[in-house]
Amino acid sequence: MKVALFVTCLNDTMFPSTGQATVKLLNRLGVDVEFPTAQTCCGQMHVNSGYVPEAIPVVRAFVDAFAGYDAVVAPSGSCVASAREQHKIVAARSGDRALMGAVEALTPHVYELSEFLIDVLGKEDVGAYFPHRVTMHPTCHSTRLLGVGDRPERLLRAVRGITLIDLPAAEECCGFGGTFSLKNPDVSVAMGSDKARHVRESGAEVLVAGDNSCLMHIGGLLTRQQAGIRVMHLAEILASTEEVA
Amino acid sequence: MIQTRTFLGIPPFPVAAKKALADSQLRGNMHHATHTIRTKRARVTAELPDWEQLRVAGADIKDDVMANMGRYLEQLEESLTEAGASVHWARDAAEANQIVIDIARRHKVDEVVKVKSMATGEIELNTAMEEAGISVWETDLAELIVQLGHDLPSHILVPAIHRNRSEVREIFLREMGKAGMPAAADLSDEPAELAGAARRHLREKFLRAKVAVSGANFMVADTGTLVVVESEGNGRMCLTLPEVLISVVGIEKMVPTWKDLEVFLQLLPRSATGERMNPYTSTWTGVTPGDGPQEVHVVLLDNNRTKVLADEAGRQALRCIRCSACLNVCPVYERVGGHAYGSIYPGPIGAILTPMLKGVGTSKQIDSLPFASSLCGVCYEVCPVRINIPEVLVHLREAVVESHRGGVPGTLMTTMKGASWLLGGGWRLGLLQKTAGLSTRVLWKNGMIGRMPRPMSRWTDARDCPAPARESFRAWWKRTDGGRKDTGSSNTPRKGTDQK
Repeated sequence: MKVALFVTCLNDTMFPSTGQATVKLLNRLGVDVEFPTAQTCCGQMHVNSGYVPEAIPVVRAFVDAFAGYDAVVAPSGSCVASAREQHKIVAARSGDRALMGAVEALTPHVYELSEFLIDVLGKEDVGAYFPHRVTMHPTCHSTRLLGVGDRPERLLRAVRGITLIDLPAAEECCGFGGTFSLKNPDVSVAMGSDKARHVRESGAEVLVAGDNSCLMHIGGLLTRQQAGIRVMHLAEILASTEEVA
Repeated sequence: MIQTRTFLGIPPFPVAAKKALADSQLRGNMHHATHTIRTKRARVTAELPDWEQLRVAGADIKDDVMANMGRYLEQLEESLTEAGASVHWARDAAEANQIVIDIARRHKVDEVVKVKSMATGEIELNTAMEEAGISVWETDLAELIVQLGHDLPSHILVPAIHRNRSEVREIFLREMGKAGMPAAADLSDEPAELAGAARRHLREKFLRAKVAVSGANFMVADTGTLVVVESEGNGRMCLTLPEVLISVVGIEKMVPTWKDLEVFLQLLPRSATGERMNPYTSTWTGVTPGDGPQEVHVVLLDNNRTKVLADEAGRQALRCIRCSACLNVCPVYERVGGHAYGSIYPGPIGAILTPMLKGVGTSKQIDSLPFASSLCGVCYEVCPVRINIPEVLVHLREAVVESHRGGVPGTLMTTMKGASWLLGGGWRLGLLQKTAGLSTRVLWKNGMIGRMPRPMSRWTDARDCPAPARESFRAWWKRTDGGRKDTGSSNTPRKGTDQK
């Protein structure tokens, strides 16, 4: 199976440790993952901000980079949701039949990390060790757009040493919302503050999620509050073993 | 006569929201009310094994109505006329208001009683009638609170959701006497007492009124039956006591057959109030001699609905049955309340319906609405007729951007165009990352960006921001051959996220 990592532009630029953890985890599970360097971004920022024509070259770059792979794995529910829901809309807008065909052929092969681990590899216990008190924010796009269900939680429950704590009002949006966080900063922060409060009240030392975009927002509030709670991507916990934890 | 307030002058959403967020009383009232209804709705929808099938059926029936709008409208007109009702066609708000005013004038009345109705709110009928010298008495309890308080509605179903009971008591004590029967001086804020005061105040209006104005939740095309679903019995009073009944109804409120009500009378109360069944469901088919109003008018309102119908991606909004489930679950609405949306239709459905009905590009306020959402998708999850609100929001964002193309490009347009070029190829992104990583080495040595000037302050005023990685993932991959030659990362672990 030819597997590509779609690291996402945010992780690539801001959170390379998440990409590194994904590579480490997949290698440990026997997957020889490749990183096509032509990749950039899913184009969601453009689509969700109303700039559909500007998203066309981005989607084109996406299909060019990943065409031919059996599986494309991304440590982001939101970017995978964009590939699944929005790429066909952008391609249709381009009027380019070749692009439409390429999107249609590629999209079924794009997986969010927890989907790939459970549905494709059939792994729930990935051999991780993480002896910490952890609570999880499920993220809106993973749950409502992708429907990953309890996959991330099942992966976390199988981690040795972990104490998984329920997050109050876990299903509520954190308020990041892409450019929403800048166009409506006051509402975004009000939503994020409630999320951060729930995280603090949970008593966890670590907040985990499958999307660094949400974590950048919630984590930015937590560190400003000197809350003493770390945020970590799911891939980083699943990559942890006794040697490094 | 009470002067009804309008939404004129409400600033764009981010500005209005900022003000609302600072109102702690509003935040408390909204949190309490939305969470109460949210929990009830979740409970009563979960108990129906065929809830998802009902949602699909609701969407399908409405889609059929929209696909065959012309045919159903003609059928409805025919059935209504046969049943003795007078049918009026109104292209827009002005035409609809004039029709209602003319009927009232013909009966030489200076007041009408009103059943709660979104369509008449949309066309600002109250203001038009007041200008024509006719008093309009709202009889729904929450509408009464809004009207007596010289206030604006903030919710589709519970327009006074932003008020708590002590505020209601104050409004009743201060205002009821000016509009009719005053409240007792020793009125407490017990809900039963408040309802009692409203009942006494309204009763004299019900018994006196010659003309009533209503909307309708549904219009059955094949029988000519109108349906009003309500909780307080005020609707029943207005629909049965006066001699003349005028109903202003949006054309999308049709269902093809009586049997279709089976679906909607399950979907609506469970989604709206979280009840299995609402207390009062009134249906009337034209005129019944000797029973109820002897003159029945139905004003069929377009007011840009046919324009929305022509919008392939947006027309699903016309399925809306005004249940408010999307408002009650929305994390944005819950925190800012309804007034910030500047429209009779607030919340997620308002953020799509208002721009479509009033026209994208017509004002900064309108154009701010499709962006008043984090696109979390919970509205779509609860919508009883499966309106994909996030999808329509994104569609309208594009329409807003398109309506502003051609002028001098703003900051965002320039950024988006630049980003489009940068993200069109891996090497371009790599170049950007090298520059960003270099800036981190020089400027943000501890890996965290603190407070920044505008426009970055929109993020950094309340949130820390991690600095771009010194070494991007792609640079790491190249340097270490995908981790095979890893000699450690040159990145400082990000603050707050570093492992112990």
